[in-house]
Amino acid sequence: MKRSIPKVFAALAITAGLAQAGGAQAEPVVSDFTLDNGMRAVVIEDHRAPVVTHMVWYKVGSADEPPGKTGIAHYLEHLMFKGTEKIAPGQFSKIIAENGGEDNAFTSRDYTAYFQRIAKDRLGLVMGMEADRMRNVNIRQEDIVAERDVVIEERNSRTDSDPAGRFREQFNAALYLNHAYGKPVIGWREEIESLDRDDALAMYERFYAPNNAILIVAGDVTPDEVRALADEHYAPIESVELPDNDRATEPPHLAERRLVMRDPRVAQPRMSRVYLASSYVTDEGNIAESLSLLSDILSGGPSRRLNKMLTLDTDLALYAGAYYSGMQRDAGEFGFYAAPKGDTTLTELEGAIDWMIDELLDKGITEEELARAKKAAIASQIFAADSQFSLARRYGAALTIGLELDEVQNWRERVEAVTVDDVMNAARAVLVPERSVTGYLMKTKQGAKG
Amino acid sequence: MRTLAIAAFTACLAILPATAQDESRITEVVSPGGITAWLVEESAIPIVTMNIEFDGGARFDEPGKEGAINLTAALIEEGAGDMDNLQFAAALEELSSSIGFGAGRDGFTVSVSSLAENIAPTLDILRVALTEPTFEADAVERVRQQVLSGLRSSANDPQSVAGKRWFAEVFGDASYATPVSGTTETVEALTRDDLVAAFDKMVGRSQMKIGVVGDINAETLATLMDDTFGSLPEGTAVEIEPVEIREQGGLVVVEMDVPQSAVVLGHKGIMRNDEDFIPAYVMNYVLGGGGLTSRLTDEVREKNGLAYSVYSYLHPLDRAGLYMGGVATANERVAKSLELIRQEWARMAEGGLTEAELESAKKYLTGAYALRFDSNAKVARFLVGAQAANLPIDYIDTRNGLVEAVTVEDVQRVAQRLLKPDDLFVVVVGKPEGLKDADSLLEGIDG
Repeated sequence: MKRSIPKVFAALAITAGLAQAGGAQAEPVVSDFTLDNGMRAVVIEDHRAPVVTHMVWYKVGSADEPPGKTGIAHYLEHLMFKGTEKIAPGQFSKIIAENGGEDNAFTSRDYTAYFQRIAKDRLGLVMGMEADRMRNVNIRQEDIVAERDVVIEERNSRTDSDPAGRFREQFNAALYLNHAYGKPVIGWREEIESLDRDDALAMYERFYAPNNAILIVAGDVTPDEVRALADEHYAPIESVELPDNDRATEPPHLAERRLVMRDPRVAQPRMSRVYLASSYVTDEGNIAESLSLLSDILSGGPSRRLNKMLTLDTDLALYAGAYYSGMQRDAGEFGFYAAPKGDTTLTELEGAIDWMIDELLDKGITEEELARAKKAAIASQIFAADSQFSLARRYGAALTIGLELDEVQNWRERVEAVTVDDVMNAARAVLVPERSVTGYLMKTKQGAKG
Repeated sequence: MRTLAIAAFTACLAILPATAQDESRITEVVSPGGITAWLVEESAIPIVTMNIEFDGGARFDEPGKEGAINLTAALIEEGAGDMDNLQFAAALEELSSSIGFGAGRDGFTVSVSSLAENIAPTLDILRVALTEPTFEADAVERVRQQVLSGLRSSANDPQSVAGKRWFAEVFGDASYATPVSGTTETVEALTRDDLVAAFDKMVGRSQMKIGVVGDINAETLATLMDDTFGSLPEGTAVEIEPVEIREQGGLVVVEMDVPQSAVVLGHKGIMRNDEDFIPAYVMNYVLGGGGLTSRLTDEVREKNGLAYSVYSYLHPLDRAGLYMGGVATANERVAKSLELIRQEWARMAEGGLTEAELESAKKYLTGAYALRFDSNAKVARFLVGAQAANLPIDYIDTRNGLVEAVTVEDVQRVAQRLLKPDDLFVVVVGKPEGLKDADSLLEGIDG
């Protein structure tokens, strides 16, 4: 087998002062390799504790589901724990636990990921098990119904029991006119109820393959150790021919959209505004980095524009915030939310946010605001290095949606290069009414039927 | 220099044994001024994490003033010394540091994260926060409204309503009966004087447990602790007498128009210092503590598909031990889920564990112990928690041995002692169907 030499990305110290602090590194040592079958692997070294985090990420999420089958990606994730030809039904997690490990999985719009956290000497064991279920899962008919009920209860817990959960779902459906990001990851209840074994196996056969997967190992291991184990467990799996990307595209947005949802259980009304934006993947310049900094300039703390105006200067809101989510393959979102205080109406709150946006677009931001935002962003990345799991997740998500390793590694330099003009160009490109949805979540009117 | 006055005791083994690196040890650091911390030096990342717990927390809330400790804790960052909330936030931001304050049932917690090079000025901000909070009127009102908003929202959250009602029923008039955040009535009535009085009880040197992890040595830490905490008041004695817990089972249904009921259940358990704690912990892992591998998950989720999440846990408070559990399930499936949970409670009480189950539990619990120490933040939390529970400084080295020593007979004895399916007090929030048996049980209690 041909072995590539791992590309090791040297860590950069944040400041000269930090570099002297016992040789401490602000960024972990990260390397990668690719197996002949196309499976990509990233190793993140963290030698503080004798444990590893092992993850396999598949490039399949709810946005890849066929029409009428919402929830199948997530349902398949549940069924992946049922066993294989080698692992008896119900034994997968038990074997992990008996080896002192913990395991779970998560599904998103763009990916499905499986992970184990375990002592480093058990890395081979969990790799063997994960490799086995990549092609050999055994889903029995009797598991199908019970697990579907479990998913419906999960939907009840996450979405249907909480008016805010149902509001989010309605909101997303309005934000995307055509793209599958408008469908809930867990699926619409009516469609979950009719998912079956064939639906699950169709997704599995189509997307679960080494050339559609990313391996992430973080922890007390060396790249050589990971490479040897990956050669043993993952390399023998044959690649498959992957289907073309047939996701629906999003047409131009020509109309600003509004929705009002009323529910008797809403004790605290709130409003949201989301603009469709570039993501880190679709952006060819530095719009994503600029929007990330803009969200900090607007609401990174009590003194920031949005928070200060709404909670201190005007006393209109109990809380308010702005955010940018850009770690998606096909689109990003720039959002605002606020909860009114006292007699403030949602309309007044929305008016204040509009006023702030107008002022931002009219007068721009200062160099000082940008510098503060950059400093906060860089510091938060240093603190993030404390969590092995978060680091593994960051790299896994980035590579799975289509970013390159150096784009993750060079994030800090790209953030530092952002100028005031960049931020304002990004703001003008994105904060356009036609790209937005505004939603009010409020209590059912007195006398109205819930 | 005050280095000579530092008393240091180092546990024999590294906190994370397999790293076998000298700096990965728990050291007890006693400052010249007599302030103690447990320290793990860890220089891999140029940060320092300090966690502090002040004993007492919401236990200091007086009747009618519930929520005072919580509101007080939330107000500390809203103004201290000559800083208002914006200046306080700006001072931390300048250093890229963060300080969080939180109130719990038994303690007031502070968590500090700082770049190693900025730990001294960061702790100086903490000093001002802990000695000169201002409780400005407009800040009090602003944060009070935020707390009230949270209370309004949680009043419509089935899970939250179930938990609050359970504590209210089981603890009667003890302080644990009321939520840490208080009630709408008590929070609305709190005055600035109430907050000042709460603060005076909440913060004191004798109440502190400190855990530090990161790129800092004992000498520097000792000096900084005296600078930061030296001027705090001596402290307030905290009541530790156990409180009364309702021992009779029962059922309360709170009607709410939701598709899925939230169920909270439990009865008396044991405290952390009970000699049966470790066998009970092992037992609970098998009953309902082991995530996807527990008996409750097997029966309720895997075999019957009744719930996404079903669990049990030991909940040792400082003045009461609880054994609790919960499930969220569709209204029409509540009765069946409860029946299965009671059945598993009884099966464990009667039959305990098999040898095989015990071995599996031990393999998980001993093997996974290291997973609790894979970040500085987690280690810092452990250092404070271990001190608050009066565990020895070498506990981390002996703990797996304690688990290994548990026998089937130990678990059997503890299961019989602890698990009382008929004493389970159950709160269901939703529109559950077919709870006939439980209804009659309710009548028996209230009638």
